[in-house]
Amino acid sequence: MIHRIEIGFLEDVGDAYGARIARRISEHLGFAVDRARTIDVYTVEGDISEGQAEQIARELFLDPITQEFRVNRPLARDFDWLIEVGYLPGVTDNVGRTARETIETFLERPLGGGIYTSRQYLLWGRLSREEVEQIAVRLLANTLIQRYEIRSRRQWEEGRIIPPRVPKVRGEAVDHVEEIDLEIPDSDLMRLSQERVLVLDLREMRAIQAYLRRSEVLEARQRVGLGPRITDVEIEALAQTWSEHCKHKIFNAVIRYVDETGRQRVIHSLFDTFIRGATQKVREALGHRDWCLSVFKDNAGVIRFNDEWNLVFKVETHNTPSALEPYGGALTGIVGVNRDPFGTGKGAKLIFNTDVFCFAPPDYDKPLPPRLLHPRRIFEGVREGVEHGGNKSGIPTVNGSIVFDERYAGKPLVYCGTGGLMPRTIKGEPAHEKAARAGDLIVMTGGRIGKDGIHGATFSSEELHEGSPATAVQIGDPITQKKMTDFLLKARDEGLYTAITDNGAGGLSSSVGEMAKDCGGCELHLDRAPLKYQGLRPWEILLSEAQERMTLAVPPEKEARFLELARRMGVEATVLGRFTDSGYFHVLYEGRTVAYLDMDFLHDGVPRMELEARWSPPRHEEPDFPCPEELTSLLLAMLGRLNICSKESVVRQYDHEVQGGSAVKPMVGAMEDGPGDAAVLRPLLDSTEGVVVSHGICPRYSDIDTYAMMAAAIDEALRNYLCVGGVMDRLGGLDNFCWPDPVQSEKTPDGHYKLAQLVRANQALYDITTAYGIPCISGKDSMKNDYKIGETKISIPPTVLFSLIGRIPDVRKAVTMDVKRPGDLVYVLGMTRPELGGSEYFAHYGFVGNGVPRVRPDDFLPLYRSLQDAIQDGLIASCHDCSDGGLGVALAETAFAGGYGMEVELGKVPQEGLDRDDWILFSESQGRFVITVHPEHREAFEERMAGLPAAMVGRVREDSLFLVKDRTGRLIVKSQIQKLKASWKRPLADF
Amino acid sequence: MSRRVRSMVLWGNGINCEVETAHACRLAGADVVEIVHFSDLLYGDRRLDDYDLLCLPGGFLDGDDLGAAKAAANRFRYAKVKTTGERLRDQLDRFIRDGKLIFGICNGFQLMVKLGLLPALDGDYGHQTVTLTFNDSGRFEDRWVHLGVNPQSPCVFTRDCRRLYFPVRHGEGKFYCRDPRLLQELEDRGLVVLRYLDPETGLPTQKYPWNPNGSLAAVAGICDPSGRLFGMMPHPEAFNHPTNHPRWTRQAVRDDDLGIRLFRNAVEFIKNHL
Repeated sequence: MIHRIEIGFLEDVGDAYGARIARRISEHLGFAVDRARTIDVYTVEGDISEGQAEQIARELFLDPITQEFRVNRPLARDFDWLIEVGYLPGVTDNVGRTARETIETFLERPLGGGIYTSRQYLLWGRLSREEVEQIAVRLLANTLIQRYEIRSRRQWEEGRIIPPRVPKVRGEAVDHVEEIDLEIPDSDLMRLSQERVLVLDLREMRAIQAYLRRSEVLEARQRVGLGPRITDVEIEALAQTWSEHCKHKIFNAVIRYVDETGRQRVIHSLFDTFIRGATQKVREALGHRDWCLSVFKDNAGVIRFNDEWNLVFKVETHNTPSALEPYGGALTGIVGVNRDPFGTGKGAKLIFNTDVFCFAPPDYDKPLPPRLLHPRRIFEGVREGVEHGGNKSGIPTVNGSIVFDERYAGKPLVYCGTGGLMPRTIKGEPAHEKAARAGDLIVMTGGRIGKDGIHGATFSSEELHEGSPATAVQIGDPITQKKMTDFLLKARDEGLYTAITDNGAGGLSSSVGEMAKDCGGCELHLDRAPLKYQGLRPWEILLSEAQERMTLAVPPEKEARFLELARRMGVEATVLGRFTDSGYFHVLYEGRTVAYLDMDFLHDGVPRMELEARWSPPRHEEPDFPCPEELTSLLLAMLGRLNICSKESVVRQYDHEVQGGSAVKPMVGAMEDGPGDAAVLRPLLDSTEGVVVSHGICPRYSDIDTYAMMAAAIDEALRNYLCVGGVMDRLGGLDNFCWPDPVQSEKTPDGHYKLAQLVRANQALYDITTAYGIPCISGKDSMKNDYKIGETKISIPPTVLFSLIGRIPDVRKAVTMDVKRPGDLVYVLGMTRPELGGSEYFAHYGFVGNGVPRVRPDDFLPLYRSLQDAIQDGLIASCHDCSDGGLGVALAETAFAGGYGMEVELGKVPQEGLDRDDWILFSESQGRFVITVHPEHREAFEERMAGLPAAMVGRVREDSLFLVKDRTGRLIVKSQIQKLKASWKRPLADF
Repeated sequence: MSRRVRSMVLWGNGINCEVETAHACRLAGADVVEIVHFSDLLYGDRRLDDYDLLCLPGGFLDGDDLGAAKAAANRFRYAKVKTTGERLRDQLDRFIRDGKLIFGICNGFQLMVKLGLLPALDGDYGHQTVTLTFNDSGRFEDRWVHLGVNPQSPCVFTRDCRRLYFPVRHGEGKFYCRDPRLLQELEDRGLVVLRYLDPETGLPTQKYPWNPNGSLAAVAGICDPSGRLFGMMPHPEAFNHPTNHPRWTRQAVRDDDLGIRLFRNAVEFIKNHL
């Protein structure tokens, strides 16, 4: 029996969500809607009578104070238009899952069916059907995962109400395994690769072909009942394991790099040479002080925090799914990266999230190419996805930023990071180490397997195109995951497993395949895996990226206790086979072998790419505009630029304080609305030791030189880290590269240049991290951030997010960026140079320029160390990083965040080669800070800074005037700080 | 004459402030502080009867999928202890009858309201009469709010408190009831414990963001007539250390400002009266 339960707000009660929708319709689409209301619909399929359905609605679903309900009769009335949005079959329906659990608790028996939720939007206003269609498609429903139906008032009154819809996946168990003949011409090999979304190139297809010709391979296959043809399970497992996403083929390629002088260098793996190489050098220099515990080998990096605890950190991107379904993509991004630190070593408690988004401007008004969503919709969807993912998981979102550039219209970048805390040892063994042993059981915990996310790994390894599969989109379920992580931390502390890893890209194929490397093989029974619904073929079970799953190696003697604890805590756990030392990745379905691959071939058989990179520095037009007369309005305009303005409305929608250890929040200052430089938190509530988290990201500089871009990102992260009081030992960096496709081909005619850009960024990473002594502990690359449909191609600017995690010995020493009291002295630390290439200031006038900011570690480091010590000694009242918008922006923010005016003389700023006041104000030279010092600390502070480029440039005023004098002493900026702040807060106030 | 104070902090199914809530109980001087998973109650490993203070912490119970804390309220109402067959609800009723203390924070407050534990005007602890619904802004927000404490309130948690400053972190915190007489009675009997204040005037306000969600009569927290059951939307446990204050780098923070004070009052009350 199917029942439709509808729940809506009583007429005289407000519907805040409906009101927000109405606002969005008129603001974003410009349609004349007077108001909107919503009705939640539960379609219940199961063994219940209508009377029971009434009781369920009244007692389990209804808020009797604000809501009313109907069963099998529509609640909607009097509207002009109605849109109902529900999920397509197979899409994760979290509310439906909870509704079902609660009904089963109530009935004390299984429901014997499913629950499917949908939502009705009732609209009032003079709208045409076409406008209502637009509202449905552009705002309310994403047709990749949702269906919608529209009714006009007349249709409704004529009785055309919406009947119950049951979006159930109908299918039967399919045990069919395809056998594929690879003895075919090259062109057919390539067609096969394309048609199956394998994203394997010809050399890779040929390597598989050659493997199947080896006589010892054929003999081994025969022993398990397989012939010379490859099974679909095998080729899918290979395609996933060998994907760019999993194997980082570009970072591991042999690259012939030619620089602008024609000098040639052959690089054997960018990763080994520049990233791993840099970390190795840093660690060698640290010697016995080395604080790295596990770098580049696990799901996240691990460093030492103190004698009892380790810190774990990982940042991931989830770009392509977020382009197609921003909410689901971003939600999956955050809950997905949660599982990385969680699946590192023997597991970590998750203590913070970070998020950095790169979008096209929300007011983007160019025609949108096919399949692209409007940047504003992506922004809102992503924001909401991360909000739900982070808040519901109980992990504070402590640090982030939003970067805008039109070229992110083709692919937004959604960086999500998660940090964790793990004990140094568990049951006497180092917690950061793990290894599955032959004989251990393969156990999967958490959610069930469905068709969601099939081909995610391969799909994110190519550009967004016409045929990009919708099944690659998933919706995460933070509560299922939270229940699982609650359970697994208990299991960890009882020592119930030997290894753990997450099921992310590539699903079981990846998790079991990776863990099987420890012991040299596995025997995996796909038919034992719990499914959301029937109808999955064996290869789909293996590859599914259904969320909220971890794979564990459980010793047989711990099996009973493990499964019992899982059952008690309401978590599904299933034994899927065992780890072996057979040397084979052995997969069975109902006892029949469906894959039998040599472990070495699976993991190391992919041929190495050989690529060309050629660097020639671009030349951009030099700006020729004169220094504007009126710098006050210019400063106001700069503060209102999207890359500079306040992101408070977004920040406040993330819980940044849960877990109770927040010490420096994202918003600081007198009115708690100033831009904090970095996060400080106290992960152990009975201690004052703190964790510092910061980041840097500077994609605009890539237009001139990616070397400068990378260097600046690292420097910015370090500056932010130092600003709040982070100390330069026990810190670790994470590099997250997002690149446009850098492989030369017909669709990428400038691949040689883009690869050279990648080489240069890597060179910078090596040079700067080794100079600063920052070990990289983890990272990730996403190499196909392009959009191509028809003749339209949009490539992102090469972008690296550099994140830092580290330590402050006592959070009570932390410093915030806001001025503290009148009379305090204002200093600028670091040299200002004519470095405005790629700056926000030049961009304001539509120029790129050429003089990109350079990082000079040898000059900067002594200053950084002195600043660090001055903060630890309590000499600094406020400290703010100078980045986008330069000194002008940093000084203004420092003043208005503290609620006092400031007066500054540009002539006193440490500078070199500058003859324009606007350039002094807005140059983006690296290595600079704005700080304030109480007068009583002046002497001690200046002693610390002796011989360094640091100068007192002014003081904090009693009143609220912000005054800047030029080099001749003439007043060039005069404004109330309230006005500056208003300009800075306005652009994104409503997101 | 003092006695051992035993507090239980509920955990599981999306509760996520259990650690800092337990920490607050410890700082407040509770002798026994245990974080207890729902499953421990359902399998009979733990019973409410063995505790004096039940803390229902913040979080997203069951994802708030059916409305804030609704699914968890259903669980409390209908689930039975698997070993004894006793309903959780019966344990809860006994706990209340014994005069013990319940402290619901944010999601825990929502749970208490939906179970009918608050305000329970006529001693009926099983019938929902008020609600916490979606913020007028239509969004989740994390911001600190100024709170005024009702000196007439029987609430044992807020004794000797006047003004408080804690963060709210919710999307469904708007206090609402349909019947104006009910609100009047809550006010008359001093059961409106906390109100959102405008910091400039020091008066209760309907103005955003000082009243962050549009709560009726600026209500931020209420208690039952005994004053032993108390729920509030803001998070006192999030202010467990001076450095939690958003302006601690600008001004001195006194120990008395900390949210621990509310927990300490509870512990003292149990020591002296139970």
